[in-house]
Amino acid sequence: MSVDTSAVVRSHEENWQPILELAVEEVLEIMVGCRVKPAPKSECKTSPEFTGMIGLAGSLCGVLTVSCSAETARQLAKCMLGDVVSSEDQVSDALGEICNMIAGNFKNKLTGLDGRCLLSVPTVISGGEYQFRSLADGDPLDVCVLFEEAPVSVRLELHG
Amino acid sequence: MDKIRALIVDDSSVMRKIIERSLRQAGIDLEKVVEAGNGAEALGVLRANRVDLILCDINMPVMDGLEFVRQMATVENAKGVPVVMITTEGSESHVVQALSCGARGYIRKPFTPDQVKEHVVPLLGKKP
Repeated sequence: MSVDTSAVVRSHEENWQPILELAVEEVLEIMVGCRVKPAPKSECKTSPEFTGMIGLAGSLCGVLTVSCSAETARQLAKCMLGDVVSSEDQVSDALGEICNMIAGNFKNKLTGLDGRCLLSVPTVISGGEYQFRSLADGDPLDVCVLFEEAPVSVRLELHG
Repeated sequence: MDKIRALIVDDSSVMRKIIERSLRQAGIDLEKVVEAGNGAEALGVLRANRVDLILCDINMPVMDGLEFVRQMATVENAKGVPVVMITTEGSESHVVQALSCGARGYIRKPFTPDQVKEHVVPLLGKKP
């Protein structure tokens, strides 16, 4: 699936929702080795304990975040590594990479960008006591999936 | 196929492990794997080690993958060693840029072991 971004309009959030969903499913299926189930957004309302984030700059400007509980982040890392997770650094590293691959996979599905959108190095916040506020002014795109029955929330916030 | 010495360059240690596992799953017999977290570190590793294959990310701190491929030519041990980029950057312009810098293959993340096999195996044991 690809969408032409040459005529980007404010309604892109609606058009890009299935692209983001596909990008999330592919990354989790191929790199984590699990099929995820789409879930209602209400499943992702609980406060996350791990949040991976990556910035987009250029033709698309904003931030993509992936949030989940500490136990889910650890389980994602374990599935990615196919092994035991030996440290919290590995959990953060894995969540950052998932974030990186979802953002990359999403933008690779949009035709017309051709290298004019760059990604930052990912950052991961751990701990639940924080508020995340982006300066993006558009309506966010939200994808909520269940990984081993636990919610994983992906949000893309873009500047208009 | 002979045993292969590989250099894996990625700022994520988890991704380096996944790439190594994918090489093994692709049926590549690895004698030795050396790692680096960015291009500058990789140049140092190359000066101290002979390798047969390099797999390299593009977006990395300190020195990115494209700059690393450009500077590889200055390292005696690296002459003729095939480089395959493994990256989330999937645009045609990145692919063209990587190949014109000297990369011999390009794999987009997320990737399967089959894709690794398809891009890497034909390069092993062949002169550029």
